[in-house]
Amino acid sequence: MAINLLTDSGTPIDQQRFTWRDLVQKPISKLNVDAFTRVRIILMNGIESESVRFGHSCARMNRALQEPLARVRRKEQHQQTLVNWLLPADQSPLETTIGYEQVAIEVTASLARVEPDPYIAQVLRFGLLEDFDHLYRYAALLDRLQGIDANTITQGYTDIVPGRATVDEHRDPIDDLRDHYDKKTARPLTKLHAYTIMAGEHQTHDYYMHYGPWFSDPLARQLYAEIASIEEQHVTQYESIIDPTESWIEKWLLHEANEVYNYYSCLVQEEHPHVKAIWERFLDYELGHLRLARDVCKDIERRDPAEFLPEQLPEPIAYRSNREYVRQVLRDEVQLRADGPRFVDRSQEPERSLAYRRQMNEDGSPTQTVAAGWQWTPGGELLAQRSLLEEGMKKAA
Amino acid sequence: MDSPQTMGMNRSGIDMSPQAARAMIDAVREFPPTSQGGTETLTSYRRTYVAQADPIETVPLPGTVKGAAKAGMQKLMGRHAEVLIDKLGGRLAFERTGTRLYDALIGKFGARTDEATVVPPDQLNQFRAEEASHIGLCWDALRRLGADPTCVTPNADTNAVASIGLMQIIADPRMTIAQSLHAIHIAELADNDGWVHLINLAKEMGQDEMVAQFRKALEEEDRHLASLRQWMEQISLSQAGVE
Repeated sequence: MAINLLTDSGTPIDQQRFTWRDLVQKPISKLNVDAFTRVRIILMNGIESESVRFGHSCARMNRALQEPLARVRRKEQHQQTLVNWLLPADQSPLETTIGYEQVAIEVTASLARVEPDPYIAQVLRFGLLEDFDHLYRYAALLDRLQGIDANTITQGYTDIVPGRATVDEHRDPIDDLRDHYDKKTARPLTKLHAYTIMAGEHQTHDYYMHYGPWFSDPLARQLYAEIASIEEQHVTQYESIIDPTESWIEKWLLHEANEVYNYYSCLVQEEHPHVKAIWERFLDYELGHLRLARDVCKDIERRDPAEFLPEQLPEPIAYRSNREYVRQVLRDEVQLRADGPRFVDRSQEPERSLAYRRQMNEDGSPTQTVAAGWQWTPGGELLAQRSLLEEGMKKAA
Repeated sequence: MDSPQTMGMNRSGIDMSPQAARAMIDAVREFPPTSQGGTETLTSYRRTYVAQADPIETVPLPGTVKGAAKAGMQKLMGRHAEVLIDKLGGRLAFERTGTRLYDALIGKFGARTDEATVVPPDQLNQFRAEEASHIGLCWDALRRLGADPTCVTPNADTNAVASIGLMQIIADPRMTIAQSLHAIHIAELADNDGWVHLINLAKEMGQDEMVAQFRKALEEEDRHLASLRQWMEQISLSQAGVE
């Protein structure tokens, strides 16, 4: 399936229709579905959330774009609803959180592996090791609060061990800002990666901010507070790699192209027939939105969309386990810290970040506490304790 | 009767990919925890919050002089009336939620016929009606004490929180009649003991009229529980193919 970003029309926006029944479809099965189907649903919810967020920001700054943006945004909001409502009710907020971190690990790793700009690849790997640690902390919470093994959600695709310890991730805001790609020279894939990861991290931040207060356990509330703070840092990092001199219309076109790219990536790898049909339908919808944005670009901005968009899509995002790659990044780069936009050894970390970290961790560290001595074991920590107990009883006998 | 346990492929266990499980254990060996301790570390961390926590809410006492002068309340003079009011409020809330749980279950019967044959709909409707009548019983008891039955007492609130999972099960269209009955069973077990507890408390606090009415409610709850146990066993045996 060859997609042409400059000529394909997709489903005309006036023919993109929903009903309330259509928005609320059969949810996936938490236990039977492949973990990567859940990963795609969570990411695409984030991609749609970003499209709505961008649409509002853009409309507030551009009177002439308000009408076409409002038309597209209505569709995007309904698409986001349909996609997000595919998550089932028996998947608790904490289990969904495990899914969010699996997205952050496997998608970031997949992007980093093929990112053509070495600096942007380094930025992705830097964030990857931090999200990798979050999975471990939340897995400890799930086990110790509810006695549930996080691997029932991640299904063996993703290691559950410490990454760059979250306690060390807290930085001065200046040290979260990175250098941006150059809009004139950056490869299209770099731009799509940046827009994708920014969307995913922003949604993750919003999810933790929404569900943190849902927990009664004070440690869980602290854990969500601490990790949400890192997600805010990640949004700061990832939005800063995007060239801020891109015009509003250029950014709009890139958002639409990125949605096309992401739905296409989902479609070509999805095995769940019902979910696959949704990816296909929404790929056509996004091509319709892109067509409208191209028209606006030509009619209102008097610019040629070809100035901003490639004709062809790059290779799709690979949805697969990146176990060995992540481990190697962990071995090689866990000691890295940020000094402004540069990455340095932890011995050279700026005092401003060290001071901020000391301040925030002054009353204790939720992420260190929740995982104190915790190691992933099939079936959960209690099963490991059972083995030890039985061993002790045998010795005593 | 089909068994939901035999359909589809559940991917949540490690036997789905033993190789992946071995790789994960290798990773655990290579990358150890970054902080020492155990679950006691968490308990200790939570302790300051527990020690400094405010009460979740308070028990509403009769808001008017007229209310406080009611006969029922007079009998409670010198005792902690708020304990009985709290428990009555809790019972009232649980009966309301319980009625809604039955409503949700009965609503499934038209569409799901798989296990429905074991459960007589007339009996379910009767149980639902009895749960609903218990709401009025608690409401009137609170009124006789001069208390406000619309107020959410702490016990009512904890019951509401405890019931969230039960409603999530029964309201989910994917949950079968058998799975929904499991949720009703948990509710009825708690309901049954709740009545026993309330009757003992009311008796000790001199509320004889209340006790007589509540005993009748408990008899009905006993029947609910007995029937549920029987239906659930029948369904399990039938699904297992042994009956």
